[in-house]
Amino acid sequence: MALVEIRDVYKSFQRDTQRIDVFTGLTIDMEAGSFTALMGPSGSGKSTLLNLIAGLDKPTSGVVRVAGAEVSAMSPGELAAWRARNIGFVFQSFNLLPVLTAYQNVELPLLLTHLSGKERVERVRIALDVVGLGDRGDHYPRQLSGGQEQRTAIARAIVADPTVILLDEPTGQLDAKSSQEVLTLLQRLNKEFNKTIVIVTHDAHAAERAKMTLHLEKGDLVEKRAAVSGAAR
Amino acid sequence: MKYWHLVTANLRRHKLRTALTILSVALALFLFASLRSVVTTLHTNSQFGGARRLVAMNKTGIVFILPVSYANKIKGLRGVRSVSWANWFGGKYGENARDFFPKFAIDPESYLGMYPEIKLPEDQKQAFLRERTAALVGKGIADKFGWKVDQNITIQGTIFPGDWTFTIRGIYEPSDPAIGDNVMFFHHEYFDERLGHAGIAGWFVVEINNADSAAAVAKEIDDQFQNSSAATKTGTEKEFQAGFATMLGNVSLLMGAIGTAVVFAILLITANAMMMSASERTGEVAVMKTIGFSNRTVFTLVLVEAGVIALAGAVIGLGVAKGFYPLIKFQGFGFLPGFNVTPLTMLWGLLLALGLMLASGLVPAMRAARLPIVQALRRVE
Repeated sequence: MALVEIRDVYKSFQRDTQRIDVFTGLTIDMEAGSFTALMGPSGSGKSTLLNLIAGLDKPTSGVVRVAGAEVSAMSPGELAAWRARNIGFVFQSFNLLPVLTAYQNVELPLLLTHLSGKERVERVRIALDVVGLGDRGDHYPRQLSGGQEQRTAIARAIVADPTVILLDEPTGQLDAKSSQEVLTLLQRLNKEFNKTIVIVTHDAHAAERAKMTLHLEKGDLVEKRAAVSGAAR
Repeated sequence: MKYWHLVTANLRRHKLRTALTILSVALALFLFASLRSVVTTLHTNSQFGGARRLVAMNKTGIVFILPVSYANKIKGLRGVRSVSWANWFGGKYGENARDFFPKFAIDPESYLGMYPEIKLPEDQKQAFLRERTAALVGKGIADKFGWKVDQNITIQGTIFPGDWTFTIRGIYEPSDPAIGDNVMFFHHEYFDERLGHAGIAGWFVVEINNADSAAAVAKEIDDQFQNSSAATKTGTEKEFQAGFATMLGNVSLLMGAIGTAVVFAILLITANAMMMSASERTGEVAVMKTIGFSNRTVFTLVLVEAGVIALAGAVIGLGVAKGFYPLIKFQGFGFLPGFNVTPLTMLWGLLLALGLMLASGLVPAMRAARLPIVQALRRVE
């Protein structure tokens, strides 16, 4: 059974008097331990699909299931608790809380668990070490470079050991060097820690790092391409 | 509370704004406590009065005088044990209007006999009674001006012009705060002499044998002078105090109305600042909810933040009110003896702070809790 199941999903938005259909019966499976890149032009539904998987949005009809849990049928309260346990989300513009240090930002998801203070300290330390920012815990976001901010955001996304890590254009605001660092980090998380990763990107180079690339166009899956051997370095 | 650092971090976001908001709340609650204390002090003082003491004043009003000769006629009435009289003197000591204190010309022996609440050593009492130009002053003003027994002081008359020199022969401490420890008493005889034996009294205090006969004796006094040039209006001392309080009460009502408007305006400004502060963080709230913070947790965090501001303001505002007035021995320039910020006023102040927390925190907290994540993220992404 696939870890992420998108079954016959319809999603439409109402903009003024106009109805915009984003998905009309989309069906996709993503396996546990997969690294999937979602590509496609603007308006193709990439971010909407990410939001549906994260339970931030609901399909008009159809089923979204993650690790056996039917996300599309949960109440807002259930979704919040479910997201805290199962989803790590990384944004294009990092979205770290500016009033918190890197350490405190990474600790945020752990505040929603029953872990003790000591356990939280240990988990945050490990997450910051994994992203190579073990010595930047007491820095505020404004004191970090863009690449460091995004790596902090990734540490925040992995610290609670979620089922799936979702990234929306994570390299969109980074220079080439920082982009490579972030992508290498994602590959490492996938390979070494067997994390299931879904990344939305416009960047073909970024998509090359994924094991699977899905091309969406006007809400339809138009191409599904596995990485050729050696491409997913 | 593991979320506490989130609350404090947000409060530190704009330190100046947070400090000014707290100060606004503090000012509002300080004003509230002060104004309410004026009202409660007036009310408490209006309750002062011996059950067996009546006060007879000019029927036209307290500022009109009565002939001092009425004393003998009142003394002759059935049920009357003794009579005393007093005059409001006015006058000022020094140039500063803030140094004002009440001064009364009294018939010393009968007056002190009727007011056992005025406590002083027996030798000082006898010295005061003996000397025509002697003065008896409250400990409050004696401490304020550094006066000692046997010291001469000069009061500049205002209603009754000229320099009036007295020798302080006694310093009293009131056993009832409504008497006030900031009053000066001196001999009516000296007062009368300086006025060329005008023979006037501001009011009479009448001690009766039986409290139950108060109404009957009061009627008898008023009947006695009904057709004279200065008719009297007699009532219990409580009624007299209540009437005096009502006169001031109208002023306090006006003060209260203006004060309430000011407090309300400050609270609106504070609520506005809090709402702005919360709305600036729409994106951050969306991020927190994406991470898994529930609507309830987000709601609580925003409300607690408003609560911390309201509580800090309350502690400062009410604390200053409670500590400041006793420190400067405030007695409303003599009109509010025993001025005190009561525990009930403090409690009302805290409730007001709680109301402020709800008024200013509830709307942004609900907005944050109900924030649709996707739309909010679209704004910041």
